[in-house]
Amino acid sequence: MKREVPIIITFLTGFLCVIAFFIPHPPLGDLQQRFLVWYAIVYGFTMVLGLDSLLKYNVKKITQRKEGWQYSYVLLFGLALVLVTGFQSWLKYGTPFELRSSFMYCYIHIIVPLQATMFALLAFFISSAAYRAFRARTFEATLLLVAAAIVMLGRVPIGKMIWSEIPVVSDWLLNIPQLAAKRGIQIGVYLGGVVMSLRIILGIERTYLT
Amino acid sequence: MNLLGTWIAAGLTVAILSFLYRDNPFYKFAEHLFVGVSAGYWVIYIWAFDVKPMLIDEFLRQAGVEKWLLIIPAVFGVMMLMRWVPRTAWISRWPISFTVGIAAGLALTAQVQGYIIPQIQATLLPLVSIGKTTSETIARSFNNIMIFVGVVCALLFFYFSREHKGALKVGSKVGIIFLMIGFGASFGYTVMARISLLIGRLTFLLQVFGLR
Repeated sequence: MKREVPIIITFLTGFLCVIAFFIPHPPLGDLQQRFLVWYAIVYGFTMVLGLDSLLKYNVKKITQRKEGWQYSYVLLFGLALVLVTGFQSWLKYGTPFELRSSFMYCYIHIIVPLQATMFALLAFFISSAAYRAFRARTFEATLLLVAAAIVMLGRVPIGKMIWSEIPVVSDWLLNIPQLAAKRGIQIGVYLGGVVMSLRIILGIERTYLT
Repeated sequence: MNLLGTWIAAGLTVAILSFLYRDNPFYKFAEHLFVGVSAGYWVIYIWAFDVKPMLIDEFLRQAGVEKWLLIIPAVFGVMMLMRWVPRTAWISRWPISFTVGIAAGLALTAQVQGYIIPQIQATLLPLVSIGKTTSETIARSFNNIMIFVGVVCALLFFYFSREHKGALKVGSKVGIIFLMIGFGASFGYTVMARISLLIGRLTFLLQVFGLR
């Protein structure tokens, strides 16, 4: 019961998705679309689980006075602020995403700057990691280093000042060799995904049940 | 109100950037606030764009079988919440199996049709492509050969079912060259994207402090 039913559900759902793809007529025609909607609904409920986990972890941290417990108050405050403004805006305007709403105020003045600065900060860490990792010790490492340098120079005016063709070479690197490498990786990943899907549907792969 | 918002944004931007000096309470404050507000934002987002329109609104709008079919995902959703009670936690495997089954079914069909076949089609290019001029013909043909050879050799590099000897070794060596250039180009592109974000934040700060 605990293992058999989930395996049967997986098999039936996966099998029906495949059948619906090959027989695009009623009653199976819109089954894939319907399943995607149901998937989104179930996903919405998992957000509640995530929220619960976040709350429990931080409340526990505060009650047990673990290191940095004061910051958990900040996290809970931020969470409560957005949830309260979200539901308040929802009730007031019919949608939380109304530009005049307090929810969008929080989004524009808190979430956007925090997110943008957090990602901007990564520029420094990527650069310092690259400085340590990108030593031209081997031929392959040199290729990586040169390709990265050309693409970086090709994106800024100084690159064009050094050599007018650098932006052209940079674009070529992105559009031809990078595309080929990326495509090779992607095809491999997708083929792996197809094999894994087949294993899951047939019940050979069961690790998701543990 | 906007002025206050701008100063909040500026303060949080400086707090995050202060990490460049070293880990400090201002950074930790902004970091924890970021986690809290992001979690709240995604809960509202998912419920506003997924659960409400797809479940609640549809349930109120539909009639007959269509209406009652919506009970299935709702029940699966509630089953997911069974994880809260240890004795009934195993029930949450049912909705998990359902979502895994959908993902597997789509990967077998839609992924093949939408990703694998178009990617292969885009790789099978004419190796001699005639252009208006000789230089254009050479350039186009060269690029097509590069894409074809690059994709095949990158795939050969990840082929581990046979030992890399002979022709396979040569192919995988060429594959490494393409992969390294690809990783380097991707890295350079990512760094510049992050730098442009940084420039955006610094420009914002300069504007707030009236220096620009």
